[in-house]
Amino acid sequence: MNLILIGLAAFLVLGSVAALEMKNLLSAVIAVGVVGLGLSVLFLLLGAPDIAITQVVVEVIVVTVMIRATTRTTDEEKGPPRSLAAVVVGVGSALVIVGFGIAAFAELPRFGAERPTPSFWYLAEALRGTGAGNVVTSIVLDFRGYDTLGEATVILVSIAGALVIARHVARDGKVPRA
Amino acid sequence: MPRERDGLSAIVRVVTQWLFVPILVYGLGVGFFGHLTPGGGFAGGVVIACGFVLATIAFGGRTGPAPVFHRWAASLEAVGAMTYLGMAALGWSAGHFMQAWTPRGEDFTLASAPFLVVLNLAILLKVGAGLFAGFMVLVLFDRATGATAREGGDA
Repeated sequence: MNLILIGLAAFLVLGSVAALEMKNLLSAVIAVGVVGLGLSVLFLLLGAPDIAITQVVVEVIVVTVMIRATTRTTDEEKGPPRSLAAVVVGVGSALVIVGFGIAAFAELPRFGAERPTPSFWYLAEALRGTGAGNVVTSIVLDFRGYDTLGEATVILVSIAGALVIARHVARDGKVPRA
Repeated sequence: MPRERDGLSAIVRVVTQWLFVPILVYGLGVGFFGHLTPGGGFAGGVVIACGFVLATIAFGGRTGPAPVFHRWAASLEAVGAMTYLGMAALGWSAGHFMQAWTPRGEDFTLASAPFLVVLNLAILLKVGAGLFAGFMVLVLFDRATGATAREGGDA
């Protein structure tokens, strides 16, 4: 089981690197889609079907929209070659981040070994307190409903903003010059 | 039969006609039973948005269900958001904001937590309509900018 998870995680890293390095935009989008679907399989293997379902459907729609947005602009992206200083700074930052990541993960409790107290309380009280058979829903919509309210507000505001700006452009048929 | 400018081939259109309603039903099912099985309003809403996106791509956005729904999408999203907020505010009648104020049914049935079902459906409406509206705006934006680019002669 652990080997499958590690293999899948390595595959995801490879896919991400491929998405970054591909010159053709459409190929990069497809690589991103592969990473997302692999991630959903990873969630499923780790026993989180709620997140796996959400990941799959969001990935499908996002990849569809991105392909729709990039088919017009399939011309390859060619930038100037990177300078040595940029490479040094990039690799240095990556090393610092990975170092902090390793230090942070070392502090975490071992995977699945011990749960913080609220988790036990949620598991014990979910059905009695909310009537939901799915503990995830009882947390998302009831125990921590404020979080979901905030999330809903964020989506509403962002989509309303996009609608206002893009609809204006679509109606006038003009792109504002930057 | 003259070939229309928009949309994809007849094969895709026929398959879309078969799949469109089942996709919507599946999305509603994922949303309705989110408090009992994996899923929920967000996932169900995205599934429904996927169905409309599929119809839009297959039929080209000028025919099919997309134009009708597009006109209502922004209003439906607002209805979803207001439903969520209204359900939360009605919690004051039972004590405090976000209090589950509806009566509870038997465990592990649809009626076991009506409060959560309504919240899930509100999120389903909001996410489904919102994502589809965003997609349609991108399509219109693309069309508008594509036209501009062609006029400019660099497309």
